[in-house]
Amino acid sequence: MDVQSELAVDARGIARRFGPKWVLRGVSLAVHPGEVVGLLGENGSGKTTLLRILSTLLRPSAGTVSVFGRDIAIAGSEVRDDVSFLAHTPGLYDDLTALENLRFAAEMAGGSSVDLRDLIERVGLARVADERVRGFSSGMQRRLALARMILRRPRLLLLDEPYSNLDSDGTVLMNSVISEAKRTGSAAIIVLHELAPAAGILDRTVTIVDGRVMGPSLSSGSRPKSAAGGIA
Amino acid sequence: MTWRRDWSRVRAIVWKDLVTERRSKAGFSSVTALGVTILVLFGFALGPDAQVLRDAAAGALWLAALFAGVLAFSRSYQVELESGALEQLLQYPGSRWTIYVGKLLSNLIFVGLMLVIVIVTAIILFQVRIPATWPSLVAILVLGVVGVVVLGTFYAGMASRIRAREVLLPLLLFPMLVPVLLAAMSASKALLTGDLMHEASAWTRLLIAYDMIFLVATLLAFEHVIEA
Amino acid sequence: MTYASASIPAVAAGRADRWPWFGVFAFAFLILSQAIAIITSPADRDMGDLQKIMYVHVPAAWTTFIAFFVVLVFSLRYLWKRREKDDLLAASAAEVGATFNGLTLILGMIWGRPAWGVWWTWDARLTSTLVLFLIFVGYLSLRAFVDDAERRAEWSAVVGALGAINVPIVYMSVRWWRTLHQVQSTPSSMDPAYVLGLRLNAFAFLFILIYFIRQRYHAACLQRSTEHAEEMTALGGQQS
Repeated sequence: MDVQSELAVDARGIARRFGPKWVLRGVSLAVHPGEVVGLLGENGSGKTTLLRILSTLLRPSAGTVSVFGRDIAIAGSEVRDDVSFLAHTPGLYDDLTALENLRFAAEMAGGSSVDLRDLIERVGLARVADERVRGFSSGMQRRLALARMILRRPRLLLLDEPYSNLDSDGTVLMNSVISEAKRTGSAAIIVLHELAPAAGILDRTVTIVDGRVMGPSLSSGSRPKSAAGGIA
Repeated sequence: MTWRRDWSRVRAIVWKDLVTERRSKAGFSSVTALGVTILVLFGFALGPDAQVLRDAAAGALWLAALFAGVLAFSRSYQVELESGALEQLLQYPGSRWTIYVGKLLSNLIFVGLMLVIVIVTAIILFQVRIPATWPSLVAILVLGVVGVVVLGTFYAGMASRIRAREVLLPLLLFPMLVPVLLAAMSASKALLTGDLMHEASAWTRLLIAYDMIFLVATLLAFEHVIEA
Repeated sequence: MTYASASIPAVAAGRADRWPWFGVFAFAFLILSQAIAIITSPADRDMGDLQKIMYVHVPAAWTTFIAFFVVLVFSLRYLWKRREKDDLLAASAAEVGATFNGLTLILGMIWGRPAWGVWWTWDARLTSTLVLFLIFVGYLSLRAFVDDAERRAEWSAVVGALGAINVPIVYMSVRWWRTLHQVQSTPSSMDPAYVLGLRLNAFAFLFILIYFIRQRYHAACLQRSTEHAEEMTALGGQQS
C-alpha cells in the first residue's frame, strides 16, 4: 500500500477575524491524499471561511497552512495550481454560454486538453451547451461549476455545500466525480449541512463549532477512521 | 513559456469583458448616454453663446468623459462581484497582474469607443472648429484616456470591495487625476485655439510621464489590493 | 505572510515620561519663535502687519509636506515588512498632516483676502495645497470605511504611497496651468529681514509636528493594544 507522507492539507492553528469578530479561533486540520473529509457545522461557524483560506482567497490572521507541502503564504500561486474551489455561488458569467464559460476557465487555468463538449455532456448539460447561463437553474449552474472543477484536475477539491439545489441525478454525478478524484489520489473537503447526500463517500467528518474544531462527529452513515483533526 | 500563458490569460479576460458587455446590451449604451447627457447639461450651464461654448468645450468634454468613465470602471467590477466570479478569477494559477492588465485593456477599449461618440457630440453641441493640428489633439486624447483608465481601473478594483464604494471611488480618484485633467484640458484647449504658446508639447510630456509612472506603480500595487 | 500583530511597541514607563517634556519644549520654542519673528520683522510695504501671518502659513505648508513624506516612507515600509506599527505611524502622520494642511489653506485665504480682495484666486501654490488636502481626505476616508485592520493597513499603504508620488506632479501641473498663460507671478520674493523669523518658525513647527505625530501614534498604539487584548480573550483556549 502506498504510504504518502505528504499531507494534502496541513493546517495548524488557523484563526481569522473580520473586524472585531473572530470567525475561526485556532483550527487545525490534517487531510491525507485520497481522503474525503466532511466539514459540518452551523451557519456562521466558520466552515466557509476555512475553505476560502485553504483556497488562498483569504489570508489567515494567524496560523499556517500547507497544501501538498507548499506553504500558502509563500507559494500561493503554485498552490492554486493544485486546488479548485466549488463555491456556494457558482461564479459564472451570465451572458456567456456554458461552453464559453468553460473555454474561459480553461484559458485562465493555463490551457486544457480536455474536450469541452465531452465535459459538458458528462455533467448532463449537453442540451444547453450553447445557451447563456443567465437562463440556467441553480442546479444547472452547479453542474457547470462542477465541470469547471473537473477541467482543472485539482489535487485538492474544496466544495462548499455542493449538494444544495441538486436533484438526485446531480447528487450521483457529484459523488462520482469526487470518488474518481479520490481514486487518483486527490483529497476533498466538503462543507455540508447534512450528511445524507455524501454518505457513501466520506472517510470522516470534522465538526466546527464557533470557530473551533470539535471531535469527529458520529452519525449514521459515516464511520470516522482517525482522529487526525485536532481539538483546539 | 509563462509569458505566453499570462498573455493568453490577459486576452481571455479582454475577450470575456467585451463579449459580456456587448451581450448585456445595457452597458455601453447607458454609459455613452450618460456622457452625452452630461455634455448637454454643461451646454445649459454655460449658455448658448458660441464663443463661450468653444472656450469651454475641452473642459466639458473631459469632465463628461471622466464621469461616464467612472461608471464604466465600476461596472466592470460589478459584473465580477454579482455572481461571485471575482473569487473564481482569483482562484486560477498564474500571476494576478493578468487580471489587472486584462481589465485595463478592456476598459481602454470600452472608454475609447465611448469617447469617440462623446467627442462627436461635443463637436456638434459646442460648435467646435476642428483645427489643422487635429492629429496632435488625438494624441492628447489617447494619452489622457490612458491616464484616466489606469488609475480608474485600479481604484475601482479596490473600491468595489468596500461598502461605501459609490462615494469613495470618486473621492479617491478625482484628486489623483488632477494632473491628467489639467494637462488634457489645457492642451486640448490650446490646440483648439491655435496653440500660440506651444504649450501642447509640454503638456504631452507631462502626460507621458504620468502615464508611465502610474502604470508601473499600479501594476506593482495591484497584488496588494486584490487579495483580502 | 500573516499580519505581524504582536509587534505593537510596548510603552515602557521610563521612556514615555520624556515626551511630555518634549511637548513643553516644542510649544515654548514655538511661542518664542513667533515672538521673535513678529518683533524683529519690519512691516511689509504692501501688506503691513498682515505679512506676519506668513510665519504660521509658510511653516504650516512645509510641515504638511514633511508629514506627507512620512506617510510615503511608512506606507512603503508597511508594504515591505507588514509591521502594524508602520501602518499606525503612517496614519498618524496623515491625520496630523491633514490638520496642518487645513491650517495652511485657511491662513492662505485669510492672508489673501486683504491682499487680493477675494477669498480665492486659484493661486498655483494654494490650489495645489487644496488638491493635496483632498488626497489626505481620501486617504482618511478610506481608513474610516474599512473595518478589517489588515486590509485597511494594506490598502491605505497603497493609496498613501500613490498619493505621495502624485504630489510633485500635482504641483507641477497646477503651476504650469497658472503660468503658461500669465506673466504675473505670486509674490514670493523674500526680504532677508524675514528669513530669520521663517527659519526659527520652520524648526518650531517641525518640533510641533514630531510631537503631535508621536502623541497620535501613541494613542493609536494603545488602542491597538487594547484590541489585541480583546482578541486574545476571544481566542482563549487556543493551543497552537
